[in-house]
Amino acid sequence: MLSVRGLRRAGLGPASFDLADGECVAVRGPSGAGKTLLLRALADLDPNQGEVRLDGVLREAVPAPRWRRLMAYVPAEAGWWAERVGEHFADFAAAEALIAALGLPPACRDWPIARLSTGERQRLALARALVLAPRVLLLDEPTSRLDPDAASAVERLLGERLAAGAGALWVSHDRAQAQRVSRRALRVEGGTVAEAEP
Amino acid sequence: MSYVRLDILDLALAGLLVLLNGGLSLALQLGLERQLAIASLRMLVQLSLVGLVLATLFQLVSPLFTGLAALAMVLFAGHEILARQERRLAGAWAYGLGTGCMLVAAGVITVFALTIQLRPEPWFHPRYALPLLGMVLGNTMTGISLGMHTLTTGLTRERAAVEGRLALGFTRHQAMLPVIRGALRAALMPVVNSMAATGLVALPGMMTGQILAGVEPTEAVKYQVLIMFLVAGGTGLGAVSAVLAGSRRLSDHRHRLRLDRLAPARRRR
Repeated sequence: MLSVRGLRRAGLGPASFDLADGECVAVRGPSGAGKTLLLRALADLDPNQGEVRLDGVLREAVPAPRWRRLMAYVPAEAGWWAERVGEHFADFAAAEALIAALGLPPACRDWPIARLSTGERQRLALARALVLAPRVLLLDEPTSRLDPDAASAVERLLGERLAAGAGALWVSHDRAQAQRVSRRALRVEGGTVAEAEP
Repeated sequence: MSYVRLDILDLALAGLLVLLNGGLSLALQLGLERQLAIASLRMLVQLSLVGLVLATLFQLVSPLFTGLAALAMVLFAGHEILARQERRLAGAWAYGLGTGCMLVAAGVITVFALTIQLRPEPWFHPRYALPLLGMVLGNTMTGISLGMHTLTTGLTRERAAVEGRLALGFTRHQAMLPVIRGALRAALMPVVNSMAATGLVALPGMMTGQILAGVEPTEAVKYQVLIMFLVAGGTGLGAVSAVLAGSRRLSDHRHRLRLDRLAPARRRR
């Protein structure tokens, strides 16, 4: 589904790998090694070079906003721009099932962003991206600030998406989690990207 | 029309007031006496030179020399815009973008007023063209520098929010719109405030000048209203074009936020 050839940017690359339908690849490596740079380059959020195809289509052939709805980047610390949760969703009703699956009540629509815990923010940022039904998920430590129950809920929900055919690159520092959610791994170290033991 | 001529002695007597300020600075150890002396001298020299230049230009009524004087004013104002930016655009854009937008906005508004409302003979007569340009330019300059300052600091501060919107598939314009709105508000606020306060809080300098020169107050008011409208038009035109052009420069065709096109941060003056 996703094919990456010679992806390069400042501080990273060249990287080449493939991702199949329904496949989750763990992304490992020390802090500052370039894991986030890799995800940002795939979402085309920073200048980069290389051939990236999704379902055979070159990304240059797709308008960037459409590309980013297909390749959903969920950063470790997402940005918020409005006062309340609901304003960050184009259609909150469509996201209610997702939000419930992540263990948050529908009433969170009216919660002020400033009073959310970091764990609530992390789950809502994920819901915000999942509601777009992306082909590929670019997840930067999606459970780093969650308690074990919430982390399991996230793993379950993402598992459903993978079963439905989405692909994922999952940055995780938790070896056990990486082995639970993926059968392949990429190791990012000093700006190089290579296949690694799962 | 009648007005009271001033002679050198009048000015010297008023200058004593500045000396009084200097004395206070010394007595209270404010440390301002040096700056005060330099500022007073600069004002004296600068204004005297401008007076001489204007007198010459008024005698010549040459389109070339009037145009050169206008250009010099725009270039100085462009430098002033640059000096007020905390985060500048990198490279020639820093000076070029603000100055270019100001040149177009103030130029269009001044020519509009000269050819449609004031219609002096010839239309570019420096007695009308230069003071008019100066007033429009001063306010347009403030609007553009406030707008650009708010845009660049806003995008830097709101980077996570803007990129959050981009990551969800917003276009660059949609993603930056809240920051763009804030920048335009900041740019236009001084004009809105000064229109609202004019006449109650302060008598505008130009109107005061005309009244001192013997013009009927009702006539002076008409001139002032014209100027205020021109200033509002110039500021709006200049700020909107500069902020929109700046937001495009700080993003690219792949709808990325390009804060790398800002020069490194520097300390404020």
